[in-house]
Amino acid sequence: MKSKEEISLRKVSSGTLVMLLKIDAGQGLKVRLAAMGLLPGVQFTVINNGHPGPFVIDLKGNRMVLGKGMADKMLVKPISKND
Amino acid sequence: MTEKIKNITIALAGNPNSGKTTVFNSLTGMRQHVGNYPGVTVEKKEGLCHHKDFVLNIVDLPGTYSLTAYSAEEIVARNFIVEEKPDVVVDVIDSANIERNLYLAVQLMEMEAPIVLAFNMSDVAKNKGLIFDIEMLSSLFGLPIVQTIGNKDQGINELLEATVKTAQDKQRCSNLRIKYGKEIEDELEKLQQQLQTEKDLLKKFNSRWIAVKLLEQDEEILKQVKDTKVLDAAQDSINHLREIFGEEPEIIIADRRYGFISGACQEAVKNTIETRHNRSDMIDAVVTHRVFGLPIFVALMYIVFDLTFRIGKWPMGWLEGLFGFLSRYISGFWPTGQESLIKSLIVDGILGGVGGVVIFLPNILLLFMAIAVLEGTGYMARAAFVTDRIMHKIGLHGKSFIPMLIGFGCTVPAIMACRILENRRNRITTILVLPLFSCGARITIYALFIPAFFALKWRGAVMLLIYFIGIVLAVIAAKILRLTLLRGETVPFVMELPPYRMPTFKAILIHMWERGWLYLKKAGTVILVISVILWFAGNFPRSAVEQEEEDISQKQILEYSITGRLSGFLEPAFKPLGFDKRIVTALIGAMAAKEVFVAQMGITYAISEHEDVSVLREKLRADYTPLQAFCIMLFCLISAPCVATVAVTRAETGRIGWAIFQWAGLTALAYVVTLVVYQLGMYLS
Repeated sequence: MKSKEEISLRKVSSGTLVMLLKIDAGQGLKVRLAAMGLLPGVQFTVINNGHPGPFVIDLKGNRMVLGKGMADKMLVKPISKND
Repeated sequence: MTEKIKNITIALAGNPNSGKTTVFNSLTGMRQHVGNYPGVTVEKKEGLCHHKDFVLNIVDLPGTYSLTAYSAEEIVARNFIVEEKPDVVVDVIDSANIERNLYLAVQLMEMEAPIVLAFNMSDVAKNKGLIFDIEMLSSLFGLPIVQTIGNKDQGINELLEATVKTAQDKQRCSNLRIKYGKEIEDELEKLQQQLQTEKDLLKKFNSRWIAVKLLEQDEEILKQVKDTKVLDAAQDSINHLREIFGEEPEIIIADRRYGFISGACQEAVKNTIETRHNRSDMIDAVVTHRVFGLPIFVALMYIVFDLTFRIGKWPMGWLEGLFGFLSRYISGFWPTGQESLIKSLIVDGILGGVGGVVIFLPNILLLFMAIAVLEGTGYMARAAFVTDRIMHKIGLHGKSFIPMLIGFGCTVPAIMACRILENRRNRITTILVLPLFSCGARITIYALFIPAFFALKWRGAVMLLIYFIGIVLAVIAAKILRLTLLRGETVPFVMELPPYRMPTFKAILIHMWERGWLYLKKAGTVILVISVILWFAGNFPRSAVEQEEEDISQKQILEYSITGRLSGFLEPAFKPLGFDKRIVTALIGAMAAKEVFVAQMGITYAISEHEDVSVLREKLRADYTPLQAFCIMLFCLISAPCVATVAVTRAETGRIGWAIFQWAGLTALAYVVTLVVYQLGMYLS
């Protein structure tokens, strides 16, 4: 069942904390991302959602830049900061 | 132990951007040398270090996030550990980013390698408010941990001490095993039972590790399994786990490893500052800005380019002077009128060849100094992002833009600059199309023909058109290569943005020195040999009549030589392009270096060195049409990259095949394009 909150990372606005749910990609890419710490269940903050500029996230204090295509492939759930 | 000096082999592992190189430089200083791992184009750096009674041979493994079989770098790193069995693996960890960095450490532990962890850049971590309970972390992982600051040489002595101690320790491997949870552990156990028959594999790896790799569907290990029963069992386990978790076992395994690391860090790492104030973010907002990003990048590249060639001109002038002096000095040994062939061989062949090699050195050193600064500060990661939008369209990575730009100066350093591209297919595609970016040496050819055939007001436009044709062909060729021979997914863009840092002077110097030496060693020797061969072809055989004559001209020697004869033989093939024998002769000479074309034309027209280039232009105008002139320039632009390019392509791709493919492919392309242009031009006029 697809939850209502499940949205493409591309649509998340800057400053939002999200939880990664799923990466819609091949095995090789998924594993490469996993090695970099991008695994389902992990939380990160969107620093810049790509307009304008690059898509930058903060993953445990580490800045990562994603291509727009990459951001499209990631399904996330926004988390309210007060939780 | 009776021997006084003991040798220890140390492998240096770590993530990209972990400061591994600074630790390596700090350990070895200038005592390093660069090579390639056998069979692959992954760079291998080695260096020596003395500590007390020990000589430590330090091998810098490629920077990786993981030890899977998905990239050449990771396979190389892991094979080195398995096959060379280093006494200690020092894993350099970026302290400001330890969770992700420890992921590699956990995998090294699973391989049962003896490990020392270097918590590097501990100053940066401290500034970020991170406090480590080193003792607790050390006992949680069962590994010695040393805090270091690589670029300030701090903690290096302690690191050496811990390394030497570990090397002597019998119980030097951590006995910690990550628990993957009951479901996975059950399958691992089953597989370990099955593996008993795989004697060869078990000699190299421990059975638990092999079992984990089987669940991860590691291609390298799957290839080595002999018994199909093992493969079947592995497949069953994978299917079973996939059903339980609804996800690939590989991802679950990665998740469990991260889970273990997270748990350990929660206990032993405290973050005292909540928000990360960020200067890096502010700089990034400007330099990666959608509108300003590209102009800033272009401006910076212009500076790099200008620096390389403008400042490079001075030392190049000195080198030219030096070689001119040497050739005059050596020529002086033979009295006038009695010049022998030996003189010609030494002066024109060998000295000319060595000069041709060394002359590029200033450019290469300056270029790599600039690249070291851009990489060291962290700007390169941003530049790759900024140009990615454009390069992605032709199937290349953003970073490919940098060598292409350098290619307008000289193709040789441009090809070497392709080392910044991690993906092999991207790297080879970029290398193959680089000669299409019109290099500086080709300007000498344009400078000869354009003023001779075109009115002043058209000259700039013709020049620009030539450059433009080159770029368009390069883009098309890259796209075609990426869709055919070098097909592969265009790697979706994910990259770390390391915080901006100030590179150290030492690191820049070492980088320059490495590149310069690599160039001399790898490309230099080949360029020298081919230069001598081309000299030979242009001077031999000599007719008996000429031997007796007092003043045989260069023109006659050339016509009688192999080159001259070959031109005569090839002439019919080049007729449809509008080329005659003289042009073909000059083109053969241009294979050594593009600027030789002009010199060869001078010889075929028997122009003496003292005459002005305008005399040659007069004669050219009498013999050729503007269309022919344009076709000659077009052919020189596209065809046969010079020997230096061929040599560097071979060295950088690791295969002579790519160099031949590049040479032949471009020459064929040049032939077709020129043929079409010439015939169309003839038809229209």
